[in-house]
Amino acid sequence: MSAKDEIEMQGDRAGSGKTFRKVMQYIGRYRILLLLSVVLAAISAVLPLYAAILFGNAIDGILGKGQVDFATVTYYLSRILVLIVLTSACTFLMNLINNRMTYRVVQDIRGKAIRQIQVLPLKYLDAHSTGDIVSRIITDTDQLSDGLLLGFTQLFSGIVTIAATLFFMFSKDVLITVLVILLTPISFFVAKFIATHSYAMFQKQTKARGEQTALIEEMVGNEKVVRVFGYGPRASKQFSVINEKLKDASEKAVFYSSLTNPSTRFVNSLIYAVVVLVGAFRILAGGLTVGGLSALLTYCNQYTKPFNDISSVVTELQNALACASRIFALIEEAPQSADPDRELPKASGQVDIQDVFFSYTKEQHLIEHFQLHAEPGTRIAIVGPTGCGKTTLINLLMRFYDADSGDIRIDGTSIYDCSRTSLRKNFGMVLQDTWLHAGTIRENIAFGRPDASEEEIIEAAKAAHSWEFIRRMPEGLDTQVTDDSLSAGQKQLLCITRVMLVLPPMLILDEATSSIDTRTEILIQNAFDRMMQGRTSFVVAHRLSTIRNADVILVMRDGKIIEQGNHETLMAANGFYTKLYNSQFARAE
Amino acid sequence: MKKLRVFLADYKKESILAPAFKLLEALFDLFVPLVVARVIDEGIPSGNRGLLFRQFGLLILLAVVGIVCSVTAQYFAARASVGFATKLRQALFDHIQKLSYKELDKLGTNTLITRMTSDVQQVQNGLNLALRLLLRSPFIVFGSMIMAFTIDVKAALVFVVAIPVLSVVVFAIMLVSIPLYRKVQAALDKVLGATRENLTGVRVIRAFCKEQEEVKDFDAKNEALTRMNEFVGRISALMNPATYLLINLATIILIRVGAVRVNLGDIQQGDVVALYNYMAQMIVELIKLASLIITIDKSIACAERISHIFEVEPGQSFPESTKGEAAGDPATAVAFQDVSFSYEGAREPSVDHVTFAAKQGETIGIIGGTGAGKSSLVNLIARCYDPQEGKITLFGRDIRDYSMEDLVNLVGVVPQKAVLFQGSIRDNLRWGDENAEDSALWDAIRTAQAEEVVKGKEGELDFQLEQNGRNLSGGQRQRLTIARALVKKPKILIMDDSASALDFATDAALRKAIRGLAGSMTVFLVSQRTASLMNADKILVLDDGKIAGMGTHAQLLQDCPLYQEIFYSQFPEKRPKEMAAGKEVLA
Repeated sequence: MSAKDEIEMQGDRAGSGKTFRKVMQYIGRYRILLLLSVVLAAISAVLPLYAAILFGNAIDGILGKGQVDFATVTYYLSRILVLIVLTSACTFLMNLINNRMTYRVVQDIRGKAIRQIQVLPLKYLDAHSTGDIVSRIITDTDQLSDGLLLGFTQLFSGIVTIAATLFFMFSKDVLITVLVILLTPISFFVAKFIATHSYAMFQKQTKARGEQTALIEEMVGNEKVVRVFGYGPRASKQFSVINEKLKDASEKAVFYSSLTNPSTRFVNSLIYAVVVLVGAFRILAGGLTVGGLSALLTYCNQYTKPFNDISSVVTELQNALACASRIFALIEEAPQSADPDRELPKASGQVDIQDVFFSYTKEQHLIEHFQLHAEPGTRIAIVGPTGCGKTTLINLLMRFYDADSGDIRIDGTSIYDCSRTSLRKNFGMVLQDTWLHAGTIRENIAFGRPDASEEEIIEAAKAAHSWEFIRRMPEGLDTQVTDDSLSAGQKQLLCITRVMLVLPPMLILDEATSSIDTRTEILIQNAFDRMMQGRTSFVVAHRLSTIRNADVILVMRDGKIIEQGNHETLMAANGFYTKLYNSQFARAE
Repeated sequence: MKKLRVFLADYKKESILAPAFKLLEALFDLFVPLVVARVIDEGIPSGNRGLLFRQFGLLILLAVVGIVCSVTAQYFAARASVGFATKLRQALFDHIQKLSYKELDKLGTNTLITRMTSDVQQVQNGLNLALRLLLRSPFIVFGSMIMAFTIDVKAALVFVVAIPVLSVVVFAIMLVSIPLYRKVQAALDKVLGATRENLTGVRVIRAFCKEQEEVKDFDAKNEALTRMNEFVGRISALMNPATYLLINLATIILIRVGAVRVNLGDIQQGDVVALYNYMAQMIVELIKLASLIITIDKSIACAERISHIFEVEPGQSFPESTKGEAAGDPATAVAFQDVSFSYEGAREPSVDHVTFAAKQGETIGIIGGTGAGKSSLVNLIARCYDPQEGKITLFGRDIRDYSMEDLVNLVGVVPQKAVLFQGSIRDNLRWGDENAEDSALWDAIRTAQAEEVVKGKEGELDFQLEQNGRNLSGGQRQRLTIARALVKKPKILIMDDSASALDFATDAALRKAIRGLAGSMTVFLVSQRTASLMNADKILVLDDGKIAGMGTHAQLLQDCPLYQEIFYSQFPEKRPKEMAAGKEVLA
């Protein structure tokens, strides 16, 4: 219980105690393991200390020539044998338990986190960077289990070690024990002194290293630019200035920080010498035996270790609690609203958007009074300047976000009355962001239909005009997709192929051909046209030429739909659309 | 590895002195148990207080000498390791500057950055530790044994058996677990990759309703990691208890043997205490040695990776100075004769039997679909790559006869990705010409339509750009990269889709300004926009690395079907009526 109090005392931020309780609650079924681990840690800490006493007793049996009490020596040595076998068994068992406990807890938390990601509202995921969430799931989880679970065990064992050491030492000699207790803090002061003074050097080193890393990232990261400008020699010169600066700072930082060990060792040696001297006088006075001194010397060598351990464990524990609260914040974040049981059947593609209001933040109203009726097979294009919120509509249709009010109906069924899965199965989506799954090209194309046959895959690839380049890849369909192996345009073609294979009743294309040259784009457009025959489609594009023949064009600006009609009516209205359209072709002459 | 050793050459003195002083310190450490033995065997029985105080003084002296030696050792070790790392980094950086595009493609810039930063740091740490501890630990281990021999030969035999047995156990556990830790790392990387994928692909995953599959996939990776971790954990869990058990067994035997020897009168009680202390000292060092070897092993792996970079030879060589006479027509700025080029590992050539000539002062447009080889072709003009077949001449001279310096001055490149560097705008523009006057910089800025950009910044030319020029917009960066290439007044200017972020009016003004430049600059314009190229003297239409058409806009519109397709895809309203009707022809 003292250990727990200590943690709560140290984690002085409000709520860390709560977090700790949460961790305890979370590890539920491993609680027995944790308890076992703590008990074993205590045993593993105390037994070796006791062994030192027994060794001392054995040595006391060896007085001199012909004065060796073999019965005593053998008695103590056999007891030591039992003791060390027991200690080894306990330590081994503790290690195994710790392994199981920490790795399983990490696995559980990560498993929970990945499930949470599947149900978190996109609002949350869009607002947090990928790096942040990844580091919570990977690094923070590791820290939590290492720091919190092992830290807890270590802290406990450290406290037990100190208590037991003091007990054994007092039992041998009070004066020497008091001396050791009084002198030991010196080594902490020395360590603290060095740490404070090397801190400034470390700061300089960190700064110089930061500068150097920035230069490396820039120059090496853009080595090709450096090369075409023949800037290499100048870059080398620039580098050498910073490199020398880093050298000066590093030399000092490395040297000063490496003084800690020798210095504390020096203080310990002094204490050791004092114990030897005082011990010798105590033996002369008859208050101590040689074996007792031997045990005391062993303790004195080990005495500072648990203190150092505890101080580093406490820092780690605080860190781990911070990590725990970050990962819990993710896991406990409210998931998206529950899915209704109802399934949306395969739709014919009639879409009704009824008086929809939506905004990402309360302050800024985006979509207001949005009305749209589309019969099956309608081609709806959404245009507008960059950042006008074209993608918002897609977020609403796919139920990545829910409308604030109003309703969206597909074939007369509200999308909020059926499961998200059944809704999304009715849409094929190609985004500007060309995300591909780690795996082969084949796996990626068959993403939506893992059971597709080779022929179907090739057919889809041909329709999407990706077969051209897939054919030429080193291993064709079985080529691994990596960031460097495909160009942006090729990735986009694969994303299109992926949808071509599924053939859903409705299609969403968000800048789906932005990385593809205009000629291929037209070829794909034709494929889309054929595919969309009788299907409803929503197309976002910045190239107005590609959406001219849409049935309905929604013109968006600042998140609002300001014009709605087809190309001819919009051009005739001579409004914003006309302006947009003409600005694109102004350069032609 | 040998390649890296030369960087330590200047620190020979330090790298010998550091371990030497460490050994001295260890030596003094080894005397301590002897002094304590003397206290027990002579001081206490005789009650000689003078002797006790002298021994106490001796212990203090040993401590003082110890700290002096160890501080000296730390100093030399810090100097040697930091100095070594500094030289290594510089050499590596210089080496990277010599690499050509081909090697850069192969190695990847991210790899190079990791080698230069964290890998070098790891090597520095490893070297520092090795200099300090690699000799010290074995020295204490064997030193303890030797000291034991000086006390009593028979008792010392316990050490002779214990040391190899302990070493075998410690190193066997390590040897088994080190490669396994690498597998753990690989398993962790997989979990990390899966996590990232779930986040970056969340929309697609949800759109395809693949949440369950992704979770299943993640679980498999997650469980594999746990299995691996637990497996390795079981092996390393043996380390502590096994060594503890062995060392204490040895100690029990030692004391038992000691008891017999004392009883016979061969040694005294204090000697037993000394032997006991040596045994304790030894095990501490053996464990230290084991963890040291893990660190050093990691550093060696890093050093090997660095050494691989040094082994990569620059794939291109340039003559010291431009050699030979111009064999061809000096008025032909660029000539390709049946040039073919493919990237390493690619199945199909990116530039396929291309022949063309550009006269001095001409503007050449290059157009084609994604992956048609446009950038590859212009990269050949700057000799970023060497073609496998055919010949490229610049002003009648073989491109391989130009020195690096002359070639760089001859060909100005505005790369597709607009990259600027930390420093003032002036520093950035002077990449083109180190000694350019401000007036020359302003000329270039005006031509690149960047005047309002620079004038709008505080300090104008002195305005400080952040890393990668990220405090400018894409369009602003693009104009400055154009100005940068213009500063060196190249005879050949290559603009590789460099106006993509500019609006149409600026793009047009830029082309007009470049056309209006005095002199006879030959300009290569790569673009997907036909509007940008329409006024070029000659347009090359590329398809799959081959030239599908060559001529002026009007000519190509007449007789190049591919060019027609591209043009009409961008200007559908210009499509002649009879063609519009036949739109399906394209599909």
